[in-house]
Amino acid sequence: MQVAPSDTSALNAYPPELRQLLFQYVLQLADTSLILGHRLSEWCGHGPVLEQDLAMANIGLDLLGETRSLYQYAAELEGQGRTEDDLAFLRIATQYRNPLLVEQPNGDFADTITRQFLFDNFHYHCLVQLRASADERLAAIAEKAVKEAAYHLKWSSEWIIRLGDGTEESRQRLDKALASLWRYSGELTTPTATEKALQATGLIPDYAALLPKMEAHLAHVFEEATLPVPQGVFMMTGGKEGRHTEHLGYILAELQYMQRTYPGLTW
Amino acid sequence: MTQSEWPLWEVFIRSKQGLDHKHVGSLHAADATMAIQNARDVYTRRQEGISIWVVESTHVHASNPDDAEAFFDPANDKVYRHPTFYDVPDSIKHM
Repeated sequence: MQVAPSDTSALNAYPPELRQLLFQYVLQLADTSLILGHRLSEWCGHGPVLEQDLAMANIGLDLLGETRSLYQYAAELEGQGRTEDDLAFLRIATQYRNPLLVEQPNGDFADTITRQFLFDNFHYHCLVQLRASADERLAAIAEKAVKEAAYHLKWSSEWIIRLGDGTEESRQRLDKALASLWRYSGELTTPTATEKALQATGLIPDYAALLPKMEAHLAHVFEEATLPVPQGVFMMTGGKEGRHTEHLGYILAELQYMQRTYPGLTW
Repeated sequence: MTQSEWPLWEVFIRSKQGLDHKHVGSLHAADATMAIQNARDVYTRRQEGISIWVVESTHVHASNPDDAEAFFDPANDKVYRHPTFYDVPDSIKHM
């Protein structure tokens, strides 16, 4: 699964502070795709129709693949002997760095689609830029993931259009989903201190430069869906700094149960 | 809400360049765009294809099983319709 061969000499070229920043950022990306991938896996066997059940499982697995590459890289950056499994299974909620959006419950299909669309619109546009990162590992991971993310965005965009411009009930459900989830969309492009420091080095994309592309795509999709773009909503933040909603603890309880109960278990 | 089923679509996949699209199965979808996306998710997860066609099943017209005898049995004893009376040169690979 490893995207690029590990090259510790390249890692050692980073000053310790920069390496620590990069570790925090890669961990944030890994936590994000792990938690959203886990959420999508909860749909497995419960999808509204077989075709969408498979689509969500596929997307969840894409995200899990990206997660593994990122945790492996994070473990190398940290250099403390922790493995990808240690990082995924043996950290507590306040150490998780995923934005609040991705830990929100699946709700109904409209909630899941809305959460996915808001994330995909950021994820795809961020990966496009990340491909050009001077950090070769991040660039390689982004290069692989961007094709998958392009499909995720296409899938969730088509569903926003059909739910928004579909039946009276689908529209009501989508309106309700947007009313509860839009407030978590701003965190994606609100840089933390870690992200600001890395943006200044040019290793990761400047979110201000992503926004016009994200807004243009969202405006296009919402117009087709006959949805007004929500305005003046207070944006919730904190997930990327470890301040989570009550939902993350339950996810981790399920996700980590096996390793916590039977430490070192493999099969 | 009216309980309306999505229409059924027949899915054809081309496995690689130069080969023809082959029928692989069917699925439900609200419209053609979604049918293609669903086909991508259901039928190309294991690198089965490079191109997808979908056709709404109502547009497929089939022969009647009752006609099978009249349609197909007469070919049974027309062995001369198979080009088996020619020697194929060794250099011809794909016959």
